Amino acid sequence: MQFVQNFPFMCILLTLICAVVTSVLKGRQARWLTMGLITAVTAMTATVLVYTLQTGDSYVYMMGHFPAPWGNEIRIGVLEALMMTVFCFVTLFAFVGGMVPSIREIEKSKYNIYCILVDLMFLALQALVYTNDLFTAYVFIEINTLAAAGLVMMRQKGRNLVAGVRYMMMNLVGSSLFLFGISILYTITGHLLMANIHESVAALAASGEYKIPLTIVVAMVTVGLAVKSALYPFEKWLPGAYSNATPSVAAMLSSLVSKGYIFLLIKFYVRVIGFDIICSMGVLDVLFIFGVLGMVMGSVNAVRAKTTRLMVAYSSVAQIGYIFAALGLRSEIGIICALWHSAAHAATKSMLFISCAEMDDACGGTHLRKHLCGAVYHSPLLALAFALGAINLTGIPLLSVFMTKVTLTQAAIEVGGRHMAIILAAVAISTLLNAVYFLGTAVNLFTPTKEGDEVLPPTVRKNPFTAIALIGMIALNIAMGLLSQPFLSALAEGLAKFA
Amino acid sequence: MAKNNWLTRMNDWLSDEEGALERTMEAAQEQEAAPDIEQLTPAEIRWAQEELEEEKRIEARMKDWTEKTASPAARVVYNLMCVLVCVTMIGLLLYTVTALPAFGDPNHPINNEVSARYIEKGLQETGAVNIVTGMILDYRAFDTLGESSVLFTAAMVVLFLLRKDKESAKYSQLAKAMEDNPHSDTYYEPKNDIILQKTATILVPIVLLLGVYVVLNGHLSPGGGFSGGAIMGAGLILYVTAFGFAKMRRFFTYKTYQRIVLVALLTYAISKCYSFYTGANHIESIIPLGTPGAILSSGLILVLNICVGFIVTCTMYCFYAVFRKGEL
Repeated sequence: MQFVQNFPFMCILLTLICAVVTSVLKGRQARWLTMGLITAVTAMTATVLVYTLQTGDSYVYMMGHFPAPWGNEIRIGVLEALMMTVFCFVTLFAFVGGMVPSIREIEKSKYNIYCILVDLMFLALQALVYTNDLFTAYVFIEINTLAAAGLVMMRQKGRNLVAGVRYMMMNLVGSSLFLFGISILYTITGHLLMANIHESVAALAASGEYKIPLTIVVAMVTVGLAVKSALYPFEKWLPGAYSNATPSVAAMLSSLVSKGYIFLLIKFYVRVIGFDIICSMGVLDVLFIFGVLGMVMGSVNAVRAKTTRLMVAYSSVAQIGYIFAALGLRSEIGIICALWHSAAHAATKSMLFISCAEMDDACGGTHLRKHLCGAVYHSPLLALAFALGAINLTGIPLLSVFMTKVTLTQAAIEVGGRHMAIILAAVAISTLLNAVYFLGTAVNLFTPTKEGDEVLPPTVRKNPFTAIALIGMIALNIAMGLLSQPFLSALAEGLAKFA
Repeated sequence: MAKNNWLTRMNDWLSDEEGALERTMEAAQEQEAAPDIEQLTPAEIRWAQEELEEEKRIEARMKDWTEKTASPAARVVYNLMCVLVCVTMIGLLLYTVTALPAFGDPNHPINNEVSARYIEKGLQETGAVNIVTGMILDYRAFDTLGESSVLFTAAMVVLFLLRKDKESAKYSQLAKAMEDNPHSDTYYEPKNDIILQKTATILVPIVLLLGVYVVLNGHLSPGGGFSGGAIMGAGLILYVTAFGFAKMRRFFTYKTYQRIVLVALLTYAISKCYSFYTGANHIESIIPLGTPGAILSSGLILVLNICVGFIVTCTMYCFYAVFRKGEL
């Protein structure tokens, strides 16, 4: 075994150790330790990515002295390493970018707990991406839920507490459905390891035994993870949680926590049950319908939103809709499109949240969209980042989300029939609505204020951390847009080895 | 002091001599430093007033919100929908259960090579007589590490939300001082209940010892870190209920909590780092398994049980203390 193969395990344990050590540190040390940790993990994950791209194969890492059905194991391939690398970069930029606002907004004596929860969320994300065992997945879902709910309540304002409680309730419903699902699955297959369940399920599907429990399991896990990642009718917890939290937290929740669950769902479909069996069940049709509804309704709500942050939050609902609609197409390109959009949306949405929160403060602490008029004149970098994110999500060629729309339409055309018509119509409507609210806001940033307009003085000073993080995010987004072809082919290659 | 040694105290207690209670138990009420309004600086008074107004405003808005947002008809529909969803869910689950393999069936899918190896080779491979402990702390130690982290996460979130730090404690006192009622809720709690204290004097040592026994014997008999930790946590809670926080703080403060959890989780994580690394790289582990059945046996399991026990104890007590009083 080569030394680099140890890196994912080291990252997980290092994150846990740092989280524990942070509990006795003061705010400043905690901050630097967390930043150092995320940087180190990013570097190690990138190394793993290079290694897996070279070998092109995935490998299993034993967690202990006992091989898999008895002990625990994690599995790392191109797909896992690639997604995790993007997530690591996003975590790093989101943490650094929102650092100064977080210092301002979180109680000083409890700042280290914020860092601990960021570490734990990051730990859970890594474990969810790498795990090869359904029970391990559940354990880390619990950590993810608790840490994320704590992060939502970090600013102890009334709205945050309400949003946090709502977040907790909805997510617990999701977790318990997932737990019910895997316990029934264990009863009918006798395994928790994904590969073994896959074998048993294939045998069960062939013999037609336990058909009802199997269908219920797939339905429960799907609904559970869909609630947790805010698929359209279950999105009520999302706007409050994202729009009131401190910017780093909003960025991390929208781009990492929900994406971890989506990645797990894809893993459940492809590796645990098998995509052919899933396709024969009809659950994907439900996802497709709600995904399409989400694409449209999220955008409609975003148009109606008065504050920028609420608008960005609702746009997440629309983007999650894209991911689920792509999954619902029952084709391989659909899954690739869903994975690609998870990464692209993570990179873009975190940038939007960081830049729009800072811009609100730079424009006199306003939250209303109309007050951002002419923001480019006093905070050019923020406005640039926001505008880039906005035109990206609208779908302009050379940028990442454009590729989502292209692959999604490609997949839909391949499937043909009703699916094609619905997807084409939904993409068209959603793009139009995206253009209305995102381009409208972006243009507003570049419009000079008129004579007699009220101009509010900035409430905060500009800070270098946000600037550095935003430059990093802009670079990440442009890189993802320009390198979309190699990225997509790596995803395809990884997906082939994923099952 | 001769008077304070345990023999004297027990004698006093047995002979029911007066003063036995006062010497051994906390008699004084926990006095709160309720600040005098006249000594406050104007800034402090303003802050406290704002705090109070904010609180009242939020309360009023919550009341408005709950009353106005839902019409009675909508509420009825909502309740009906709740019942409908629950009944459907229950029906669905019951229907699924009927389709599952029968409980205790020898051909049940869970009777496969996985449980067979746990049962047949568990003792030999992990050195633990209690195969459940062997399974959760050796075969599947990564999951258990995750479970301990869940407790840690939950404790951190609760501490963040509820623990009063110095500043907020001061201001909430100020806010209280502005109102007619200068004491916090804990002030009015009954203290020094004699029946409770006498019972606790007898029970607490036994409960704690039982907890220690369950933790230390986790690899030999039913039990382990989670159950033993829960017992010890219950012991601590009983103690603090009977004797109050001031006594508890003589040996258990926030710092103690932090240090115990830090050491326990770090020991767990680092020792498992070693065994995961050696396991995955096929290096022989140097940790001896010992003679099965002896107290010092089964390799790391004993250490891990102690760590888990400490984490569970501290988390349970921390939840109780923070929910009741807002500090440890």
